[in-house]
Amino acid sequence: MMVNPADTTISGALADATERALREAEIRLPPDVLAVLRRATAAERDAIARQELGNILENIALAEERQVPICQDTGVPVVYLTLPPDIGLSPGLFEGVREGVRRATAAIPLRPNVVDPLTRENTNDNTGAGMPAVHVTPGDRLTVTVLPKGAGSENVSRIGMLLPSQAAEIPRFVAETMLLAGGKPCPPVILGVGIGGTFDVAAALAKEALLLPVDTMDDYEQELCDAVNALGIGPMGLGGDTTALSVKVKRAGCHTASLPVAVNVQCWASRRATVEVKR
Amino acid sequence: MNLTTPLGDEVLDLRAGDRVTLSGTIYTARDEAHMRMMEEGIPFDPEGAAVYHCGPVVQDGRLVVAGPTTSARMNRLSGFLIDAGVRALIGKGGMGQEVVEQLRGRAVYLALTGGCAALAADRMHLSGVYFEDLGMAEAVWIIEADHLPLTVGIDAHGGDLFRAVREKAKTQFHQRFNIKQDTVS
Repeated sequence: MMVNPADTTISGALADATERALREAEIRLPPDVLAVLRRATAAERDAIARQELGNILENIALAEERQVPICQDTGVPVVYLTLPPDIGLSPGLFEGVREGVRRATAAIPLRPNVVDPLTRENTNDNTGAGMPAVHVTPGDRLTVTVLPKGAGSENVSRIGMLLPSQAAEIPRFVAETMLLAGGKPCPPVILGVGIGGTFDVAAALAKEALLLPVDTMDDYEQELCDAVNALGIGPMGLGGDTTALSVKVKRAGCHTASLPVAVNVQCWASRRATVEVKR
Repeated sequence: MNLTTPLGDEVLDLRAGDRVTLSGTIYTARDEAHMRMMEEGIPFDPEGAAVYHCGPVVQDGRLVVAGPTTSARMNRLSGFLIDAGVRALIGKGGMGQEVVEQLRGRAVYLALTGGCAALAADRMHLSGVYFEDLGMAEAVWIIEADHLPLTVGIDAHGGDLFRAVREKAKTQFHQRFNIKQDTVS
């Protein structure tokens, strides 16, 4: 592949930024996630749940103190780029991201999680065909945002092609997702909900919703969150008031005959970080 | 209450929901290690042993992080360990009804907070390894634990906190959404 010198520079800078973002995300939780965890711990009435939440807060402090990943499932990287008008979309950008992932895997270190879907052969560097997924949107600055996604929570995520007459059943679909999941996704969870679009867009919206600040919810998000917490699944499925820390919703227009709803489940270790690429 | 390995009949006194700490030698094992042990035998003395469902990150002979993995994957792989004298299984998320029955009168399932990999590593140090050829995540690591904070998830009397919570959640769900028929699998 021919890479012009300017492209190489941006590619290298993007690799550095991706590695830095991954290190930040894997070791330190964002302040809004910490805030909802602390709030939930203060409000929790169940003794076992309080101990579980106490363990989680202690774990977060220890990870930062020891500069180690919060969880041994360091996830697969999901990457979002914003490109300013003067930077074109080029293969060098994608290669920069991949190089950053490879370096982070060796340096932090991260568990090599990416395998061939059928042969299950591990690439040992957390890259693979189409992996990491890189989503690009226009912006004012060149930024890289990483969202390392663990499998326990990803595996219980769901999409439903509801009917236009079933809008009132969305809270039930969301609560049912957690009823089926139980303790498997390491609750307390954060739910990203995508409503509308097409089959694929709803899923993408659900994941993007996990990038939103979780320390505020609108009335609809609060209603969904209350429906989940009424289940009493609690931290790790051991029971308690705290099943969901927050629910975030993103919407898109959809076909008049469709109502896609996707629920992307995220464990309490809601890891994300954004780094601006220096040029 | 602090438990120390090798464990004995004291585990029979525990009840689902009890909070305990555990110290002493424990052995990690995931899917591959269970299958290898079924074929080739258990490489450690299973009498009173504790088996930890964990695939740690190890670097330069040191545990970097060592949180619990989902125990349910070992539902069909655990009977031989309990038969051999293993007294505690440690992991996250609970286990199936077949394991609840296998534990009865003999052993317990202890839950460690999922994702707490730095906390777990803080209370452990590495002292050896079996089956290293299985790779970092799947090898049987010998670990010295120091006051690992645990909740009794399944006791030796059929008590299963996870099942109790699941059943309550199902009732709550049906009440809230006025579901008459059981439409949830």
